[in-house]
Amino acid sequence: MSWITNFLTSSIGRKLLMSLTGLFLILFLIVHLAGNFQLLKNDGGQAFNEYTVFMTTSPLIKVISYGNYLFILLHAVLGITIWLKNRKTKGKTSAVASKNEDVTWASKNMALLGILIFAFLMLHMGDFWLKMKLNQTNMIDYGTGPIKDLYENVYNSYSQWWIVIAYLVGLTALSYHLWHGFASAFQTLGLNHRKYTPIIQFVGKAFAILVPLGFAIIPLYFKLFIVD
Amino acid sequence: MKLTLKVWRQKNNKAAGQFETYNVEANEHMSFLEMMDVLNEQLIEEKKEPVSFEHDCREGICGTCNMVINGQAHGPQKGTTTCQLHMRHFKEGDTITVEPWRATAFPVIKDLVVDRSSFDRIIQAGGFISVNTGQAVDGNAIPIEKDIALKAFDAATCIGCGACVSACPNGSAMLFTSAKVSHLGLLPQGEVEHSRRVLNMVAQMDKEGFGMCSNVGACSAECPKEISLENIARMNREYFKAVLTSDLK
Repeated sequence: MSWITNFLTSSIGRKLLMSLTGLFLILFLIVHLAGNFQLLKNDGGQAFNEYTVFMTTSPLIKVISYGNYLFILLHAVLGITIWLKNRKTKGKTSAVASKNEDVTWASKNMALLGILIFAFLMLHMGDFWLKMKLNQTNMIDYGTGPIKDLYENVYNSYSQWWIVIAYLVGLTALSYHLWHGFASAFQTLGLNHRKYTPIIQFVGKAFAILVPLGFAIIPLYFKLFIVD
Repeated sequence: MKLTLKVWRQKNNKAAGQFETYNVEANEHMSFLEMMDVLNEQLIEEKKEPVSFEHDCREGICGTCNMVINGQAHGPQKGTTTCQLHMRHFKEGDTITVEPWRATAFPVIKDLVVDRSSFDRIIQAGGFISVNTGQAVDGNAIPIEKDIALKAFDAATCIGCGACVSACPNGSAMLFTSAKVSHLGLLPQGEVEHSRRVLNMVAQMDKEGFGMCSNVGACSAECPKEISLENIARMNREYFKAVLTSDLK
């Protein structure tokens, strides 16, 4: 084996890949949320629809989005293999669950939370991305030629309670996943210092609450104030 | 104080093992091991096989008195080995569950005794420094900054008991390995073999079948010497540095 495969298949190397892909996905969440906030604009969806034209036609965004799919898959597949390996190396667990208060529930259930998030992503992609790709979208014209009315797809999805609830469940799982994952990614990179680790931990926890909350506001706002 | 003990009994590595329940009369001044001694005297009188457990110094520095007590490595008292845990931390009528370390890389030899030679092999892979033998060097012949010396000393307090591995839901040995890497690597005496050390010790750790760290922190929380997670971050840093900057493969 070359030094690269040695490195990337070592325990620390694999955790490095988890950390780096995780950090990329954290960045993606910020961009995604910033874009989605345009759904809250009271303009019948014009700003959002025009934004989606840019997001689906810009070659730079295209490259980043393929990277994003790749990193999601890598993070998921690697996470599952690490989880399976760790179950084997742990073997038998103690008969009594440890009552240690220093250990968060999220940190011990990252794989379960990850699987929940992945299931949510499948629903999310099927609902929006697939419908867009299959051209199950009406066209709308704001005076600059017809563009896809993705706002209408969002509206239709968020009119259904079960979808809104599925989103809230998925976002709760994301919140817990980030509660541990954000700071954990930095620790794996070797960034642990008395001066800045408390800051990373604080930002991580704020991020884990605020970002999923930001996402959750959108389906709730649609269902409660626009649709009904 | 009257106690009910649920103790893991396992004849050997191949046997399945199960919990046996015993009633023991202890007093609150006894250490946990002394209470176990009482149980064993009782079993011997009853012509039954006593419970095998490891113990040596009984003063918290040898790292052999390894038991999972009520789900926690070395029991409920923070920063304490089993031998230093006293029965006053339990109540009359308590049921206490006692198990061996739980990790695939620590196979049970008998009852509460596990084989920790995987740790020895990690040490052999790089947990040493090369020095000239002969007369002892003067205490302050090599100046070392106080903060660094303290960090190295904190890491050096690791007694290699394996509580970290047992506490870890992944069966990872990263706290132990990183404590050894830090203890030697922080000091100028350990600088010579530093890159080789971190590469070889991590490779051996992986080879022994320990799990991968997911920064849960149970290791540090249950460590009788309260070894910090900072050491794992340091080992990761040093590992990246050794892979990317040294000529070693």
